[in-house]
Amino acid sequence: MFGKGKKKSKGHSESANTVVAFRKGNTLTRLSAAVWGLGNLVNGQIIKGLIMLGLEVGFIAYMVGFGFGALGDMITLGTVKQEEYWDEVDMIYKYRTGDDSMLCLLYGVITLFVILAAVVMLTTALRSAYAVQQKKEQGKPMPTFLEDLRTLKHEKLHDLLLFPPIAGIICFTVIPLVFMILIAFTNYDHEHQTPGNLFDWVGLANFKEIFSTSGKLSSAFWPVFRWTLIWAVLATITTYILGMILAIVINRKDTKFKAFWRFTFVLSIAVPQFVSLLVMRTIFNTNGAANILLRELGIIGSQDAIPFFTDGGIAKVMIILINIWIGVPYSLLTMTGILQNIPEDLYEAARVDGANSFVMFFKITLPYMLFVTTPNLITQFTGNINNFNVIYLLTGGGPDKINNQFAGDTDLLVTWLYKLTITNKDYNLGAVIGIIVFVILATLSLLTYRHTGSYKNEEAFQ
Amino acid sequence: MKKQGSMKTRKLINNVVVHLILAVLAVIWVLPIFFAILTSLRKEGGREKSYIWPKGFTLDNYKNVLFQEGSLNFPRWFLNTLIVAIFSCLLAAFFVLCVSYVMSRLRFKMRKKYMNIALILGMFPGFMSMIAVYYIIKGLGLLESGPMKLLSLVIVYAGGAGLGFYIAKGFFDTIPKTIDEAAYIDGATKWDVFRRITIPLSKPIIVYTLLTSFMGPWVDYIFARVILGNDRDYYTVAIGLWTMLEKEFIEYYYTQFFAGCIIISIPIAALFLFTQKFYVESVAGAVKG
Repeated sequence: MFGKGKKKSKGHSESANTVVAFRKGNTLTRLSAAVWGLGNLVNGQIIKGLIMLGLEVGFIAYMVGFGFGALGDMITLGTVKQEEYWDEVDMIYKYRTGDDSMLCLLYGVITLFVILAAVVMLTTALRSAYAVQQKKEQGKPMPTFLEDLRTLKHEKLHDLLLFPPIAGIICFTVIPLVFMILIAFTNYDHEHQTPGNLFDWVGLANFKEIFSTSGKLSSAFWPVFRWTLIWAVLATITTYILGMILAIVINRKDTKFKAFWRFTFVLSIAVPQFVSLLVMRTIFNTNGAANILLRELGIIGSQDAIPFFTDGGIAKVMIILINIWIGVPYSLLTMTGILQNIPEDLYEAARVDGANSFVMFFKITLPYMLFVTTPNLITQFTGNINNFNVIYLLTGGGPDKINNQFAGDTDLLVTWLYKLTITNKDYNLGAVIGIIVFVILATLSLLTYRHTGSYKNEEAFQ
Repeated sequence: MKKQGSMKTRKLINNVVVHLILAVLAVIWVLPIFFAILTSLRKEGGREKSYIWPKGFTLDNYKNVLFQEGSLNFPRWFLNTLIVAIFSCLLAAFFVLCVSYVMSRLRFKMRKKYMNIALILGMFPGFMSMIAVYYIIKGLGLLESGPMKLLSLVIVYAGGAGLGFYIAKGFFDTIPKTIDEAAYIDGATKWDVFRRITIPLSKPIIVYTLLTSFMGPWVDYIFARVILGNDRDYYTVAIGLWTMLEKEFIEYYYTQFFAGCIIISIPIAALFLFTQKFYVESVAGAVKG
């Protein structure tokens, strides 16, 4: 069933508009919308026609055998509950397998995507038939199947190269996302776990839980929301700026042992991130190395401990600082490459004009860096909003608060999402939070991204 | 003469200050790693002590973590992760290079749309879709046995890779188009240009992409946790080491945890050393605009 989704990207073999194709096509062409590949078959493109026909047969078989039932189940989300009943014949209690709402929904979503793929295929068949018709009318030779394949190496190289990645994205990103978005409108929580229980559509009730002042989640939501934004902005800016400064300082002409400095800083990337995070966690524990060191130096009393991770405020500062430790080497690495890629003649021209190093930094280095790294910066920012590892492995979202819907002081929306879904099985609430995270990111980054030079004028430095 | 001298002194002071600051920073960056090494060599078992410098040194922690087959099997985890990392990095790098080349060099109808959609999809929290991915993988019958679970990890890691093309695209954007055009005049197809010209010019970004996707499985915690469940034999090192810090294991495994961390860091660090040299050199040697 996934196979057909893939045909989509390969399908754009003819560039003519679908509507034009239908309006101007002859009967044979129009019939090709119903019987895919008919036009190609009649006009001698046997292999291409057969492939399209085969796909149609497969699609119909799928819909009859499975698809229509799945769509129906998606609307009801299952009607038969799993239950125990008394079997008169065998004189024992038996289990009746009920419907699994979760699978009903999943198969429904997959069927929707299959239908979507079929629609794309239909338009492709139509356009392909129209193209054949045009070629025949103009008396041009019919391209053979091999010739068609050969266009994939040049005119349609994008179809060839995009096909595997897009197939992967549709199966493992798009379909699951649609599924989870739909979950936000159901009552799939810890009281409605499948397969023992059914869940059902509830409309916007979950959103009300979070946004209305009386909802049980709203008091926990806003602090988490605020901290997520603060964290993402600070984490992105600090690592970017410090990384750039460090890269420029190391790259300076007068700095000795360049390779050594780079190596020292980059060493911490070489250590897998979760290792350094777990090591950091043990170092800053109540009885961890940091506190022991402070005790031995006599800065704090021998029984005292600085609550690095157990005080909400300090924990937040610590997370930002540790993130600098983790993130700066990464940006150092990217920046070094880009710095060395700046055309030297730009600087020479500036030097001839008598520019000093400050002017050169603000007029050449910075614009170039921003041009190349803006997409990177945005990815960093979105990555930080979704930065699960740093928070979860350092503090686990703690220090915990009582009666706060499992949200601790340093919980980001994503770690909270994780707790709600994995720990507490409230999939519906988790999905709502996921959608909120998305809305934040979408507004912020589409706004900024569309205003950057690298989006508007991709070829400025080409 | 005198002015020149004072300029020289100023420059000297400048340089000394810069190097001092770099040295201090370098110490900060190395210290936690040093601490991890120190603890991994500690002779006394058990968790945090009230002192930092160990009372005695031993290599037993390394020996135990590598060869002792107790309830936690580190060498097995290492192998699992290595396999997953190799396959998923090859697949992911291939995806990323394809997409970023197409987005940078080819012009076609759906291009801007694809880029916007990719941007939008990238904004959903990665593991929001995890539950659904889990059931899809289960539906495909990939959760039946341990090796299949590892295969499904590869698929999951590489599956979405086509969305992270921005950095590689930025790199391709800096390769001058005139090179491509010259090749087209000589009768090359776009495929030839991709394979024979762009790819060889893009070693740094290929290494970068391979490296980042190779790192993925070593650091990922969430997906591995959800997909591998409680099947300890098929854990990746990330979940495995995390398990060592759990309450039931920490007393015995604390020092072994650090030894394990060092052991997996060494190959990756070595790899990094190699690639960083390569990275910097080849970027400096790339075609300039």
